[in-house]
Amino acid sequence: MNTRQQSKRIYAWFGRPTSSDRKLRTLQYKQQGFFAKILLTNCAQQKHAIVQWFSHITEVPQNKRKLLKREIPRQEVFFDQVSGYDTDIAVETIIKSVTVIPLHPGETLPIVLNTEQTFYVKQSWDGKCFKPLSPDTFSKLKEANKKRGDSPKFLPKSPLYPLDVICALEEETERVVQSVTKNKDVEMEIESKHSASKSSVSKERHSRRIANGMKTPTARKKLQLNSPTKSPQSKLSGQDVLELLDDCGAASEPSATKRKVKFTGILGSPPKMSCRNDEPKSKFGSAECEQSLSDTIRLSPYIKARDSSKEEKNLHMKEDSICLIGHQKVGSVSPVLTPRSHRKCALRTSARIAEQISLLNILEAEKEEDFLPSSDASYSSSEEEENEVLYTPKRNSKSRRLFSTPKSSRKSSVHTPAKTPKKTPLPTTPKTPRNATPEIPKRSHVAQKPANILEEARLRLHVSAVPESLPCREEEFQDIYNFVESKLIDGTGGCMYISGVPGTGKTATVHEVIRCLQQAAENDELPSFQFIEINGMKLTDPHQAYVQILEFLTGQKVTATHAATLLSKLFCTPGPKRKTTVLMVDELDLLWTRKQNVMYNLFDWPTQKHSKLIILAIANTMDLPERIMMNRVASRLGLTRMSFQPYTYKQLQQIISSRLSNMKAFEEDAIQLVSRKVAALSGDARRCLDICRRATEICEFASQKNTSRVVRMAHITEAIDEMFSSPYINAIRSASLHEQVFLKAILAEFRRAGVEEATLQQVYHQHVALCRIEGMQSPTVSEIMAVCSRLGACRLLLVESSNKYLHMRVRLNISQDDVMYALKDE
Amino acid sequence: MSKRKLKETSSANGECISQVQRILRERFCHHCTTGKLFGIDQQYKHLLELLKRTTLHGESNSALIIGPRGSGKTTLLNHVLKELMEIKQIRENLLKVHLNGLLQTNDKVALKEITRQLHLENVVGDKVFGSFAENLVFLLEALRKGDRTSSCPVLFVLDEFDLFVHHKNQTLLYNLFDISQSAQTPVTVIGLTCRQDVLELLEKRVKSRFSHRQIYLMNSFDFKQYIKIFKEQLSLPAEFPDEAFAQKWNNNIQVFKVLNTFSRKTFKALRAYKLMLALRNVTVHHPLVAVADLLEASKQRSVDSQANIVHGLSVLETCLIIAMKHLNDVYEGEPFNFQMVYNEFQKFIQRKAHCMYNFEKPVVMKAFEHLLQLELVKPVERPTVRAQKEYLLMKLLLDNNQIMDALQAYPNCPTDVKQWATSSLSWL
Repeated sequence: MNTRQQSKRIYAWFGRPTSSDRKLRTLQYKQQGFFAKILLTNCAQQKHAIVQWFSHITEVPQNKRKLLKREIPRQEVFFDQVSGYDTDIAVETIIKSVTVIPLHPGETLPIVLNTEQTFYVKQSWDGKCFKPLSPDTFSKLKEANKKRGDSPKFLPKSPLYPLDVICALEEETERVVQSVTKNKDVEMEIESKHSASKSSVSKERHSRRIANGMKTPTARKKLQLNSPTKSPQSKLSGQDVLELLDDCGAASEPSATKRKVKFTGILGSPPKMSCRNDEPKSKFGSAECEQSLSDTIRLSPYIKARDSSKEEKNLHMKEDSICLIGHQKVGSVSPVLTPRSHRKCALRTSARIAEQISLLNILEAEKEEDFLPSSDASYSSSEEEENEVLYTPKRNSKSRRLFSTPKSSRKSSVHTPAKTPKKTPLPTTPKTPRNATPEIPKRSHVAQKPANILEEARLRLHVSAVPESLPCREEEFQDIYNFVESKLIDGTGGCMYISGVPGTGKTATVHEVIRCLQQAAENDELPSFQFIEINGMKLTDPHQAYVQILEFLTGQKVTATHAATLLSKLFCTPGPKRKTTVLMVDELDLLWTRKQNVMYNLFDWPTQKHSKLIILAIANTMDLPERIMMNRVASRLGLTRMSFQPYTYKQLQQIISSRLSNMKAFEEDAIQLVSRKVAALSGDARRCLDICRRATEICEFASQKNTSRVVRMAHITEAIDEMFSSPYINAIRSASLHEQVFLKAILAEFRRAGVEEATLQQVYHQHVALCRIEGMQSPTVSEIMAVCSRLGACRLLLVESSNKYLHMRVRLNISQDDVMYALKDE
Repeated sequence: MSKRKLKETSSANGECISQVQRILRERFCHHCTTGKLFGIDQQYKHLLELLKRTTLHGESNSALIIGPRGSGKTTLLNHVLKELMEIKQIRENLLKVHLNGLLQTNDKVALKEITRQLHLENVVGDKVFGSFAENLVFLLEALRKGDRTSSCPVLFVLDEFDLFVHHKNQTLLYNLFDISQSAQTPVTVIGLTCRQDVLELLEKRVKSRFSHRQIYLMNSFDFKQYIKIFKEQLSLPAEFPDEAFAQKWNNNIQVFKVLNTFSRKTFKALRAYKLMLALRNVTVHHPLVAVADLLEASKQRSVDSQANIVHGLSVLETCLIIAMKHLNDVYEGEPFNFQMVYNEFQKFIQRKAHCMYNFEKPVVMKAFEHLLQLELVKPVERPTVRAQKEYLLMKLLLDNNQIMDALQAYPNCPTDVKQWATSSLSWL
């Protein structure tokens, strides 16, 4: 059991004046601890200490280790200058003291017999690079060493502690202590994960640290639960806590054990262990008990973390396994009661888990965002022991929505027993449709690749093919980018109104801006933000906008009115850790309601002090604010406006050329022709691309034999004609004989009456007269009715409903000249 | 003229005839895709290529098929689909969604139908369909998740496309076209409509997203082409069991087509429908279609329905109609009321008391109401409770020509009445 792993961590504690600086070293039996130097402790009152952390090589991310360019003996530690760790820890978490000897970089490690008790520090580590110790710290450390003497000190007390102590009774104390510390570390990490969603500042700091990609778990953070300010409990001496726990255990003992057993079981523990239920938790009488219990639960994984280092091969395990952590933690609770064997397997499993955690941390280092889900997962797993089996990896990694339910329980922060069991089942119930991931089935055959140059060109010319950069919108891009960037940096909110006719690249430009900003945020050049997009056309009702925004932000699904109140609460109350939100509102004009409250709210929130909301509103008309908005809405929208001009033919030309990027599919003249045509018509880039696409088809169709597959002007002309020629003339020419006569009769009647409207009866008389002139058999009224309704269905005529029969009024839907022109040719 | 009534054993003939009728009925009445398309090769190719690209390359598209009623829009699409389905790769990949503007009268219904046809409803779990908003979000998310190369292409067929245009905000169309223009699940939206001005109905944003592919079906055939279609449609297939009969039938068709010029005047109206009537006459004793049958059928088809009603009226009712006709002549189409008609009728009775029985006013009123029910006359405005029936303003829904034609054909019409109809002044 003790041969698990070899790792060294120093816990250093800051004490208040009473206790002098100490270094604790927790290395034993190849297990890992964290090192810190105690600067201050205040044993008398609160029993927490301020510490200076040291990091062991194992805490340094793998990719940074190379920076050292040398082999690191396991007795060497680094002076930790990474910011973000909590230096305030509970005294109870201290395990023992060790010696840390500062060395100059050049010195080699002296050979010391007592390897478990002595460590050396040569360099400092600030999260990015290693530096030699500054003379200042060096001397300090020296001094501290002297002061301290060589009596290692164990400082075991904490709510976490009790469990370990119990364990300790069975095993060597040292090991136990170590495990405790480990546990703490683990706990911290978990805590930090929790805190990610919480709003408390300190927690946020933790999470941020994690996000920063530190490899080491949050070990250095102070334990939330232990902190004196948090709860009365933390003041209890370890012994007290232990007792308390024991009591709890006595009360809820069987259940607790069961629970733990089950989880370990999942990981391969002996089957004899009984299953545990959620109910036991509720049994806990006092909240305190509960709290301590949960604390301990959290700790246990850390134990494993120690062990885990050995099993690092299991890298292939995915995040999913994290789910199990929670269970394991629970398992660790049981040590109080269970014999050692249980503990063993728990340890083993925990080791695996810890490994996962470390793996995760590495991942986090690379992707900040990825972390959230995982933290989620671990969180939820710890809370929903029962349902976890149902968890699929997918969910854990993806669904932020999970947040919503656990949140409430998290808010209570102390994990009241009553709440957890109740809440936990929710996310996993198969019923909830929000978990459903609708998907179009995958195709069974792969899509064909473009076979020739025209097909390739067609693919690139499709509107959906997003180019790497948007040509001809550089200025607009820069303006929007600057606007959003400045707001992001200032941490304020604001609105911008973007207008332009359809197909001028408004939405595409905004997306491009957001993409660049997100990249910048990833590189830490900008504060991170979240991006939400709503589209007025994709809403069934303007008020649905609230629902969608809220769902994006928090994952909650509520009714529109409720969402509105929640959102306004969210944006109007200060939330210091809140990220900036960038909201893009497409097709703004469709959010218009009679009272305009949707628009009003949208534009009002950014003006709130704490909202940190940036709105980019997009619509077609330039004067939309003046035309449809009330004064108060328009005033809130502000005057930051931008309008996208329709593309000129040169720009269109450039767009096409850039998409084709040197492919010889189009003649230069052809591109120019289509650009000029479209620019003269609408300046709609979509139209332009569609015409080009159609032209490639025509070209392909026409030149099937000869292989000169280049789109020429003729093809373009044909495509344009096809798309824009008025269909009426053709329709009239291809109409049947009597339909044509009928149209002639209408013209005659219009001319006779001088009014552009006639009843069917009048037209009928004309029709009969015309037939007589042309020597045709005149049709009956029923036939005339049929002719008329056919023409009406094509909308060549506008006719009234046919129940008026002969008195139905008839008008032409096209100009008389067109009709004459169409009929004359025959 | 053609050969007719070849004496053969009626039993053998009977079987053949019933088979012929079955074949032809299937051809004309069912939308079966066995026949050949005529004269729309180009459109056919265009559509076929379009759908092929969607299914094979995952390219999103949108197109409208526009043509007057009966021009074969659906037939064209069915033919194309039938050919596509013969390719295995397409058959296994393509998802089809058929919507009809007459059935899916609003977006909510349409969304549900789409979800159902895509078999997505089971994903939603036991809660089959949520609110309209949820459905929209759900469907959009489903479609957004796909991408060009990996998802099944979806073909949306919107029959009576012009009716979808009237849905609120054109949400459905916007979203469909938007998907077709963005890198999501490959979709092809095919709209079928007979309205030539359908593009003008689209909202500007929707219009911008529509690819402006329009496939027009115009049916601008000349008379020879019609004859050809006609022959093809009527000819019996080669696999017809009784070869002798089939040959005879086909020969007959060939012959009488050439002779036949009857349908010149309306040949462009509808292709095959009038044939149905003609085929009714094909019986055991009259095994081959003759020109006379077709003429008869054409006459039946073009018969004036209103005039037919007049034939069944009583003399009194006919007299009332004649009175109305005179009123129309005098007042140039201004509306009249019952009292005016009654007065006019009275004038006629007084002059010609010997040939007409002088009916009581209520009896005349009854006859007038009967005409009202037949909708030969129509009130100008909706009848109110207050207005007296006698003074409600009415309009006659018959033209003078119709009345005169009907009177010509009216059996046993009194001569006086006929004379009165030709001139109201002749008795002065």
